[in-house]
This record gives sequence, structure tokens and C-alpha cells, in this order.
Amino acid sequence: MYEGVVQNLIDELGRLPGVGPKSAQRIAFHLLAADVDDVRRLVSALTEVKEKVRFCATCGNVAEDELCRICLDQRRDPSILCVVEEPKDVVAIERTREYRGRYHVLGGAISPIEGVGPDELRVRELMSRLADGTVTELILATDPNLEGEATATYLARMVASLGLRVTRLASGLPVGGDLEYADEVTLGRAFEGRRSLDV
Amino acid sequence: MISGRTVRGRRAWCAGVPASGDNGRVSLYRDEGIVLRTQKLGEADRIVTLLTRGHGRVRAVAKGVRRTSSRFGARLEPFMHVDIQLATGRTLDVVTQAETIAPYGMSITDDYGRYTAATAILETAERLTAEEGEPTVQHYLLLVGALRTLAEGAHEPGLVLDAYLLRGLSVAGFAPSFSDCARCDAEGPHRLFSVQAGGIVCRSCRPSGTVAPAPDTVALLGALLTGDWDVADASEPRARREASGITAAFLQWHLERGLRSLTLVER
Ligand SMILES: [Zn+2]
Ligand SMILES: [Zn+2]
Repeated sequence: MYEGVVQNLIDELGRLPGVGPKSAQRIAFHLLAADVDDVRRLVSALTEVKEKVRFCATCGNVAEDELCRICLDQRRDPSILCVVEEPKDVVAIERTREYRGRYHVLGGAISPIEGVGPDELRVRELMSRLADGTVTELILATDPNLEGEATATYLARMVASLGLRVTRLASGLPVGGDLEYADEVTLGRAFEGRRSLDV
Repeated sequence: MISGRTVRGRRAWCAGVPASGDNGRVSLYRDEGIVLRTQKLGEADRIVTLLTRGHGRVRAVAKGVRRTSSRFGARLEPFMHVDIQLATGRTLDVVTQAETIAPYGMSITDDYGRYTAATAILETAERLTAEEGEPTVQHYLLLVGALRTLAEGAHEPGLVLDAYLLRGLSVAGFAPSFSDCARCDAEGPHRLFSVQAGGIVCRSCRPSGTVAPAPDTVALLGALLTGDWDVADASEPRARREASGITAAFLQWHLERGLRSLTLVER
């Protein structure tokens, strides 16, 4: 244990995701030794992000205004909606430049063991977005892990009666890998999502 | 099931050698287990909690498992039944190899009712088994059986969950009685049920706070405890609802904190 303020800083840093007590200590002492201007810049970046950034009223993505950049963009196809867990997933999909539709950010995945059920996510908001019939295709792009799969299963069932085309991102074999190293679930999902080759 | 496999938990070699790091030698052991829970650690690792056959509950680090290029792939996701090799570490053991015995996760996540029931099963398994290192073979076999049954879709998920909960409590030493009086052993059937007394009670014992469940509910509870699936599968929705309420109350009474996932189970 250290003197009051230093320990305070270590405790606060230790609450960040992926930062253990050792790393918290290392970061704290790095900051103590760092140039005061560098630390000021970090502080103002932190303050600014909390003051300026909020969540888009429509899709739940990070936004600097009422609506996010993508929801404001008239060129984006309103008939396709891609459901993701987190804003960082929007960034990842945008980087591919493959997708021209819109997004819906759930704010996580259904995880009963963490006490997160459908009511803790932006599922109700999703259902009301789908109500007016503008969206005709729903892409379920939740994480390809167990909670993401279960969340996609739940959503697919929720929207089953709406007559939408519901798709799930194909999950399968990592490009550049050997088939024999794939685990059974990855290989099984790859079989489910196989596509036809045009000859 | 997995007879013929040589995965009975035993330190494979170097038993008694200090944990890794001290002199470069590592103590490895092999076991089979069910993945109960995973937590993110650092950039790409996870802490994986397993219920193993020979070593009880184990928490171990799976390095690089969150990278898409990880050689573990989906093998260390919850519900997976794996043959696993671990290296003893100073604070946490480290997963060195994992092979799938049965990928229950896939068919469980394809059905939301199964998923929520299976999640409650995993949370219960973590809570009802002793701290690390204590073998819990009976509970382990119960867990494997419950997940296999769920994955096969042979019975309604809620029934599988309640059967597992009642039997899990029995294995933990809290066996409920659904015929003879839980207090004085007077031969049943009796009409009254008391969570505190540990099941059905007779008229003369009758502690405060008893309820009088319907006879077919009591029959269902008894069938779930003994594994009489013909009776359980034929039960009415009303009896299932009442039985699941009684099972949940019974479980909460024996656990210090409530189960988070139980309220989210889709019945
Ligand atoms: Zn938006
Ligand atoms: Zn009695």
C-alpha cells in the first residue's frame, strides 16, 4: 500500500478493463514520472470524451451529437440494418468498406451469469426501429462466441414474425490457417455457412 | 461415455517439482472438464474456470485465446467438454493443450431456452462445488449428463435444469425428501412442504412457513430427483411451474447469495 493519493490512483486505474494490480502500479508510477504537460493532455482527453461524446439516440453508436455520423448520412441504405454488440464493432465493420447499410448497437450480449438479459440491452429500441417496415434485411453481427451466438438466436426468434430477411455473419475458418487445426465448433459453423462456388 | 480415455486426473510427471519459473521446469497435469465461465484477462487472454473430473474446480489462464488465430479456437468456451492439459502456476494454472470431447455449446446456443437453462446449470455448478483442488466426481458426472441431455434436446430444458438442481443439491448433502417426512421420517405421502425442513413434512411436524403444493407437483419433484423421465415428460405446465418455484426456493435457501442467471431462465 502507498500513501493516500498514489494508492487512490492505483485503485482507479485497477478498475479499468484488462488492468491488473501490477499494471495499475506500473501505469501509476509512469504517470508520476511523466512530464506534467503529457499528463495534462491525458486528463483533458478524458474530460473531453465524457463531455462531448454520447450515444446516438437512434442506433446507440458513439456520437458527438444527438445522432451519429452514420445515422445522419443520407447515402446509407436504410433497408439494411446490422446489429452489433459494441460501438467498436461498428468501427471494425466500417473498416472493411463492404457495408453500406445502417447499424444498431445493442450495448453488449445476453449473459445471464453476469445478470445481463434482453432487458439490459437495446432490444426494445431495435424492435421499435423495425416496426415501420423500412428495414427489410437484418444482419446479426454479434460476436462469434457463445454469448454472441445465443444473443443472435434470441433476436432471430424475436423478429421471426416480421417477415424480414435475417442473416448471420458467416463464421468459419480463419483465412491463412490449416483445416486440421480448426476446432469442432469453428469447423461446424463453417459448414453451416458454406457458400456455393460459381463455375 | 468416455471410457478408454486415459484422462483420469493425475499429475502426469514431475510431481512435487516446484511450479514453473523457479527452475525452468514445469509441472503438468491432465484431466477432463467442463468450461463453466470465462473472464477476459489483459489484451488477448482469458481466465477459464473449469469443473474437472479429478481436480475439482480449476481456474486457469488460456493465453491468446481471444485472437482469431488462437489454436484453442472455441474449445475453451462455456459448455465445452474438453480433455485438457494444464501447467501448474504460482497463482493460476495455465492451459497448455485442449481437445474437444463434446462441443455441447453449439446446439445449446442454437436454442434460447436451452441456453438460459444451461447457463443456470453452470452457475450452480460453480457455486455448489468446493474450492479448487477438491475432487467432485459425482457432481462432475451430473453436470456432464445435464449438458448432454440439454444438447440432445431430449427433454424440456426447464425440466433438465430442475432435475440437475435437485440432484446437485443432493450431491452437496442437501438431499430433499419428496415422500417421507423430512423431519421425522414418517412414511409418506404427505401434503405439506417446507424449504427450511428440507422437503415434505407430516402434519405433526409442520414447521411454520409450509406450503401445500399440488400432489402432481410433488410427484414431478420426486421424478426429477430420481430421474424418472416418463413421469417428468408427461407432467402438466402448471405442475412444472410450481415445481420450478419450489426447486428455486430450495436452492436459494442453501446458497449464500442468489443465482443471477436463474431469474433469466426462459420457462
Ligand atoms: Zn446512429
Ligand atoms: Zn414428521
